[in-house]
Amino acid sequence: MAINWFKYSSPASFYSLAGKMVPIFFIAAVLLLVAGLYIGFFVAPTDFQQGEAYRIIFIHVPAAWMSMFLYLVMAFWAGIGLAFNTRLSSMVATAIAPTGAMFTFLALWTGSLWGKPMWGTWWVWDARLTSELILLFLYIGFMSLQAAIDDPRRADKAGAILALVGVINIPIIYFSVQWWNTLHQGASVSLTQSPTMATTMLWGMLIMALASWMYSIAMTLMRTRVIILERESHTAWVAELHKKEVAR
Amino acid sequence: MIWESWSDFFSMGGYGVYVWGSYFMTIVCIVGEIILIQKRHRTLHKHLGLIHESTEKEIKNETSS
Repeated sequence: MAINWFKYSSPASFYSLAGKMVPIFFIAAVLLLVAGLYIGFFVAPTDFQQGEAYRIIFIHVPAAWMSMFLYLVMAFWAGIGLAFNTRLSSMVATAIAPTGAMFTFLALWTGSLWGKPMWGTWWVWDARLTSELILLFLYIGFMSLQAAIDDPRRADKAGAILALVGVINIPIIYFSVQWWNTLHQGASVSLTQSPTMATTMLWGMLIMALASWMYSIAMTLMRTRVIILERESHTAWVAELHKKEVAR
Repeated sequence: MIWESWSDFFSMGGYGVYVWGSYFMTIVCIVGEIILIQKRHRTLHKHLGLIHESTEKEIKNETSS
């Protein structure tokens, strides 16, 4: 049996496939969110050092992970679009940026609200916080650069170069707590060591991270669909699709 | 059970402002993002409708003249 793997790289077939996938990922996100919040607020115990303030972790860490991970995925698709001239990959990269920026903002916002009671300050210019702020500027720069260029294909290429250069910031964020003396604590969860936190806290955090994944996929697919329609508005298949949606 | 009452739950051991401030902003961002994408989709369909109408008119004009 031969599967045509390139079938869904055409915007028209991807549009309908993505339309079917959005509800699945969205429902998964909602279910995981409910489970994660339940564990986070009703199962995970009070922290012996930080009291209840640590419950910010269930947003802060998933948001920070997603902010970095989405940037890598965005740069990957932008790079593929640049190298192979595939339109859909560039559209996906463009679709990821706002969600990535949102998670970066939330990581900074929740970090600030956590820093105030624990460190006594909303903000410090330490390496972790500063590099995360630079990540936010990279997302905003990517979006404004693309918005400033009228020709979508040229916008894709310019954006891709910015995104690829900015990848250097991701390891800087990740390792900042080791490379520099930061006020921000080191990683509580890593691939090489066993986590330094209560099991229920860890589970709550991981489930919330999974919920953020599902949410990000749903949003990216939704936004990619809109971008496909915008860019292909002159084509026959969009006219056909529009006729069907109006008749419904 | 960790919480003795609802007010105990909402006060979050005195850190209520910080904890709920974080969760509130997250909800605002998520709901905002969903609304913005849907609005963009709807506006686009209106726009497509205009294009569609104008091409239909053109076709009609060409066939009648």
